[in-house]
Order: sequence, then C-alpha cells, then structure tokens
Amino acid sequence: MSSGRSAPAHGADVIARTEAEVVGTSPVERTGADEAFEIEQELMTINLGPHHPATHGVLRLLVALEGEIVRDLKPIIGYVHTGIEKNCEDKSYWKAIPFVERMDYLSYFFNMQAFCGCVEKLLELEIPPRAKYLRTIHLELNRLHSHLVWLGTSALDLGAMSMFFYCFRDRDRILDIFEMSTGQRMHTRYFQVGGVAEDIPLGFEKKVRAFCKEFPSRVDQYEALLTNNEIFLHRTKDIGIVSRERLLELGVTGPLLRAAGEPWDLRKVSPYLAYGDLDFKIPVGTVGDGWDRFIVRIEEMRESVKIIEQALDGLPEGPWIADDRKVVLPPRHELGTSMEALIHHFKLVTEGFRVPPGEVYYPIESPRGELGCFIVADGSAKPARVHFREPSFVNLQALRDMCVGGYVADLIMNLAMLDPILGGIDR
Amino acid sequence: MPDAAGLELIAAEINERHPGAIIGTYYEHDQACLIADPEQIREILAWLRDTPGQKYTFLASVHGADYLPAVPRFGVHYELLNRDRVERIRVRAAVHDPAAEGGPYPLGEEPLPEVPSVTDEWPTANHQEREVYDMFGIVFRGHPDLRRILMPEDYIGWPQRRDFPIGGEPVIFTNNEREVPGWTQ
Amino acid sequence: MEIKREKVRSALPLDEPPAPSNLRIRQLRARDLLRGELSDEEIEQLVSEQTFTTRLDKVLNWGRANAVFPATFGLACCAIEMMSIVSPRYDIARFGAEAMRASPRQADLLILSGRVSIKMAPVVRRLYDQMLEPKWVMSMGACSSSGGMFQNYAVVQGADKFLPVDIHVPGCPPRPEAVLYGFNKLQRMIQGNPDPGWRTRYNAHGTEEWARQYGTLTDEAREAYAAAHEAAKQAADLVPEEGGEAGEAERAPGERTEAPADRAERGRGRFL
Repeated sequence: MSSGRSAPAHGADVIARTEAEVVGTSPVERTGADEAFEIEQELMTINLGPHHPATHGVLRLLVALEGEIVRDLKPIIGYVHTGIEKNCEDKSYWKAIPFVERMDYLSYFFNMQAFCGCVEKLLELEIPPRAKYLRTIHLELNRLHSHLVWLGTSALDLGAMSMFFYCFRDRDRILDIFEMSTGQRMHTRYFQVGGVAEDIPLGFEKKVRAFCKEFPSRVDQYEALLTNNEIFLHRTKDIGIVSRERLLELGVTGPLLRAAGEPWDLRKVSPYLAYGDLDFKIPVGTVGDGWDRFIVRIEEMRESVKIIEQALDGLPEGPWIADDRKVVLPPRHELGTSMEALIHHFKLVTEGFRVPPGEVYYPIESPRGELGCFIVADGSAKPARVHFREPSFVNLQALRDMCVGGYVADLIMNLAMLDPILGGIDR
Repeated sequence: MPDAAGLELIAAEINERHPGAIIGTYYEHDQACLIADPEQIREILAWLRDTPGQKYTFLASVHGADYLPAVPRFGVHYELLNRDRVERIRVRAAVHDPAAEGGPYPLGEEPLPEVPSVTDEWPTANHQEREVYDMFGIVFRGHPDLRRILMPEDYIGWPQRRDFPIGGEPVIFTNNEREVPGWTQ
Repeated sequence: MEIKREKVRSALPLDEPPAPSNLRIRQLRARDLLRGELSDEEIEQLVSEQTFTTRLDKVLNWGRANAVFPATFGLACCAIEMMSIVSPRYDIARFGAEAMRASPRQADLLILSGRVSIKMAPVVRRLYDQMLEPKWVMSMGACSSSGGMFQNYAVVQGADKFLPVDIHVPGCPPRPEAVLYGFNKLQRMIQGNPDPGWRTRYNAHGTEEWARQYGTLTDEAREAYAAAHEAAKQAADLVPEEGGEAGEAERAPGERTEAPADRAERGRGRFL
C-alpha cells in the first residue's frame, strides 16, 4: 500500500483528507475500470476493551470500522467509578484529602493541590512562602513522574518496549525522592490545608539537585530513541490532527491544546503558588498531530527540571504550614504546655475545622490539563459537595475527532497521545 | 473575575435582554456567580459568549450540586472562562425538584427535573451533562445521547443526591459476623 | 642460635599411599556400573546418592510456580505499582514471571490491581472464567482485597465476593517489594508448601477459614470460638429488641448506661 500521505494544511479536516486518499488508491481505480462502481462495505462494530493490552486503564471503545478505517467511535467509561465525590461528603476535610488523591492516580499531588487550594480559598487562608515553594517542587516532580509513565506506556503501546524500562527506571528515582520527603511512594497525602504536612528532611535538596542534574541527559537519551526514529515518525506525524478551534469547542486543555498551537497554561496566565516567581517557558506545538503532542510533553519535562532547580534556589526559610490554630494542628511540643493548643488539637482531630458556607471553583494546571476543584461548603466540618473537573474526562471527547477517518493502529496511537487516566475520568 | 459591580451590570444587562433570566447574583472569594432560571440558560450562555464586551468563549466545566434541604434543590453550574482577559464567571441554574411535592414515589419513577441542553452550542458539555444526569437525575432536553455514563446502564437511583445512601457494607467484627452474610459462607 | 628443623605434617600422612579421592572413587564405581560388576547394595547406594527422584506432580508444580505468566490487568493506582514490578529495579522476571500476557487464555495469574467497581465486576469474572486451569488470583492492594478505603455504592467490597482469591497483598498501593513478597508466597502455595505465617508463631494451627468451615478445628480453637460467640450473644441479649423494653435487662456492674437505640445500632455493626 502506498501511503501517499502529504502534509495536510493546518487544521485540515481529517475525515475528508483520508477518505479522498483511500478512495483515490482503491484497487478499482487503479485498474482503470470505466465504471467506478461503489464498493459497498458494511460497518463492523468492534469492542475494544475494557481489558486490552493498551495499558491505559479500563476504557471501553465501541469502534465502527469500515475495513481498517475508523468511521465512528464511542467511548464507554465508568468501569473504575469509585464514588469518590460522594464519599468525600461523608468525611471531614482532612479525611477527604486521601480520597481525592486517588482520582487521577498518576498526578496525586495535583489532586491534593486542587483540593487544598480550594479549601484554603474558602477559608481565606494564606499559606507561608516556604510551603508554596515546597508544594511547587513536589508538583513539578509529580509532573515529571506523570510524563515519564506516559512516555513509557505510550512507547510500549507503539511497540518500543525498551522505553518502558528506561522511563520506569527514572520514575523510581523520583519515587525515592517522594519517599524521602513524604514517607510514601505514591498517594503521599503530603499537602495539608494550610501548607505541607512536614518539612523536608536534610539531604532532600542534595538528592533533588543530583536528580535534576542528571535528568536532562536522560531526556536526551529518550529523544535519541524516539524523536527522529523513522518508524515513530511514520506513526505519529500528521496523524490525529484536530484543529485548535475544535479543541477549544470541546473544552480540551493541557498538552493537547498546546500541541495544536494555543499557548494556554494556567501556570502562566493565572499563576498560583510559586509559579509567578519562577522563569520557565511553555512549549507550544504547531500542527497538533501525535508527534507534536509527544514533543510538547518532552519539552515540558525539561522545563519542569528548570522549575525545580529554580524553586530549590529560591526556597525561603520559615514555617511550612500556616499559623492559624483553628485550621492547622499546633506543633507537638506545645501540647504539653499549652491548654489552648491541646484543645485545638483535640477539636481538629476529632471534628475537624468548620468552613464557612460558600462555593469555590479552583483550577490548576495538571499534566493533563485544567484540573478544577469545586467545593460547596455548608458551614460544617464536612464538605457538602466536592466535584473535580478532570481534564481527562473532558479531553476524552476529543478522541472521536482524532480517530475518525484514520486507521485502527492510529487509534491506539491517538489514545496513547491523549494520555487519559481512567481514575480521573471515572472518579 | 468581574468584580462585584461588574457582576451586577452583567446581571442587569442580561435581564434587560431576557427578562427574568437572572434571579440573583453572589460574589465571594473573588468569584462571580450568576443565579439563573434554568429555562433561559441557553440564551444566557449565548449572551455571555457573543456580546463584544464579555466573550466568555470557553466552557470549562458543567457540574451539578444538590443543596438539599434548600429550595431550589439542585444547581447546575456552568463555569465560563474568558481566555483573553483570563476571567471566570459561573452561572448556576437553580433547578427545582418536581418530586418534592406529591407523595413518595416508587423507586425509579419519580419525576425528574429538566434543563435545556447546551450541547449543540458548546460541544464540551456532552459528557459532562451526561454525568450530571447520571449522578443527579437532571434530564437535559435536547441532548443527543442522554444515558448513564459512569454507573451501569441499568442502575436505578441517582447516586450523588444527598438523600441517596452512601452504600457499602458494615464492617464485620466478631460480634456481628453471624448476622452479616458473606464472610465465609 | 639454634635452628630447629621439623618435618611439616601434611594432611595426608606421607608415609602411607594417599587414599583415593572422592572423584576417583566415583569414577571407579561408574566403571564398574558400566561393566555390570556392582552388587545390589552398591547399586542402590549409587542410585540414592546420585539420582534425583521425585513425584511427577511435584515436578509439575515446581514448573508451574516458576513460570507464572501474569495477566496484565491493571484497574487503578495499583496498576502503576504493578507496572513497576516489571521495571528493572523490582524485577519480577527473576522469579519466572517474565512474560505478562494480555490475553486471559494465555495467562496464569490474574493480578487484580485496583478497585473493582460494580460495573467492572462482571467483566473481571468473565476474564477469570476465560482463563485456563491452573489459574491463580492475587488480589493486590486494599481495594481489591476488601474494598479499601472506598466503602460506598460503587466499589465491590473485596474481589473475593465473586472470585476465589488465592493471596491478598495489603497496601495502598503496596510497595513493589510487597507484591513480590506476595508473589513468592504464592509460589510456595503453588508448590504445595504454603507458608503458615503467624499461625506457627502463635501456635494457632487449626484456626484457618477452611478449618472453621469444614469442622476440622482443634479443640482449643473450637472452645475459644464458642466462648466468643456466647459472649457476643450475651451482649446482644442485654440490648432490648426494637420497640424498647428498657430496664427489663439487668445491667452488669460497670457497664455504661446508654440509650438502648444506640446500643442496638452499635450491636448491629453499623459503621460510622
């Protein structure tokens, strides 16, 4: 089969392009038959998943195929729906933090930041600068972790198995760093309302700097394996293009939108935590195909390393959690001497702090896009409604546009480049 | 975010165009919210998108909330974003529960509240309105494919309503391990 | 200065001819075996020293244990930790689980990693049914072992509600080393040599679930269980039935007085 893929115009309609190509090279026309009778093909509906070798979670796709061309695509989700949002209504604000952490299970620090940031906004609580920087460092390390796992599993889907091992090797080093500061590899529950739960130990900075020094060369190695690889280029170049306007209509954010040429990143347009003080760039693609999405995330990894190094340089001294004893636990050494500290500790641990009634929507930039947390507080110690605007849930609506008109193999590639996390989609 | 005065101006302008559309506003924690009549939600969102001074072209999120025991019981929130000025505004459709009056209904047969769907103008609302339907039972008129998205298709009940029980099973201790079935039996 | 000269005593006394080495003895015996010159006792001794005899099923079980193919069945967060046991640091390939098979027909071990939602449970069951015997199930993490932290309408409280699970690995998510530890225990189980664990330390053999169910409890265990149930029954008897005849039951000294309704609620095992 001659692929005959010419570069389409920016934002060209994938369906029209591929149909024209396929019909143009059909066997009938090549033989030069006079009557170009229509080949009637039936649509075959196949079911991809929920268990399938593409390691992206339990996503079920109903694909209507004509030969090998995808004509229609319907994602069916809900196979890992855990009722986290409903469970949070039953728990006090502190206890809800481990719950919301497990939604988007690769970027757990981001879930925590969205929730804690939202509660802090409801409480009008200002977190100390050291906590902002510590949170930023951990968030960017988590972004690296998420992109590494994405890279490993995507390359595995496309057949490049060795990338998987390399990426997980580096991911284990990041998890060592998390274990050093938070005590746990995944789902660390490190962010607390008011700051972070504990200060970083001695040797943390040294370890992170050693990692940051070595990591860019690792990214170079990954790029050397994939970026100019002919097979990878053939599989990703000019595949899965959706125009920028269509992506904005669909509500897509994150690296997908940036790959299509829109420089939209919440870290830059509405800075939160320490991002306003740090100097970093936002990688933006041009065409919006699979290769652009890949290269945008690779560059984001490099920029994250820069952010971490700058944040370590500028890490201020001071408390790592806010002072407000109505919301934050008093330091343990005070419990033996101060009666008020003991009472505050008791009330906070048994009942939790009360949040005045209100509603807040707090968005941040997670590795997949705009992660927003919406909390309705009713004055009690438990939230009345917690909702997460998950980027993967909204981005999934773009999968149909990316895949229709392409081949089944391109569907796998598009799914990999979409970077869905089913825990976030289903919550 | 438009400040409090700007919010009142927006509300007044919308009410001029579409009388009775905005029934309240509130502004807290630097976030602006318009409380809207659900039947005119499409016009409100279109106005916010198309008016030259507003241009809230990005619908970030559609989600629901149950304010039981307050009346109106449900709220469908539309988070809008103006990407040029980086301003957000929230429109809350105050949806009444038709099952509040009229006796207890058998399970699965209670009347459901209705809101016009905005999916044809804002394609991002497709899955999100399905999720609101799945979790709260709010029917979106005109939605191309309104069925459950997260729960199994034949599930009965609207899980995230406040009066829906959290579910799960009692924890088994020695004192109740005979009453609670399914341990080793 | 006096110089003492001593003979260096070697291990073998040099005045005797050196005894034939072990290797030489074996060589001579092998030569005699080939010539057919060994006696019956010598043949038996040779066979018991140099031949490895065993039963066929032990060999099969050894093979099964050391060549388990896990099915790539990641559901949620534990799937990421399961992927990391394939990674070079916590290498599961050194235990024989080199190939992770996507197709259930080719897989031996279903590692249930992640929370099983009610929509997914029939799918998991179908996959389990599609696996060919012998098959094992490892329930990795708290969510598939018991529902984990998610006690709600959407999560099945433990995969062993609809699947027989061979080994549970606790953790949220379990460290990869914990999964490998569980995998090693499973390998021992496959070989028919299960690790009794704490029951050896606490002298509690006979208290296993299968023992309780099939009535092979030891006498002490049976008495202990009977006593525990009796005590629970008595505590429940102190609580009046719904409709409350409070004050009829006698309160034992030292018991707190509390509203009968609350006691009944607690006795029935409601959770907070």
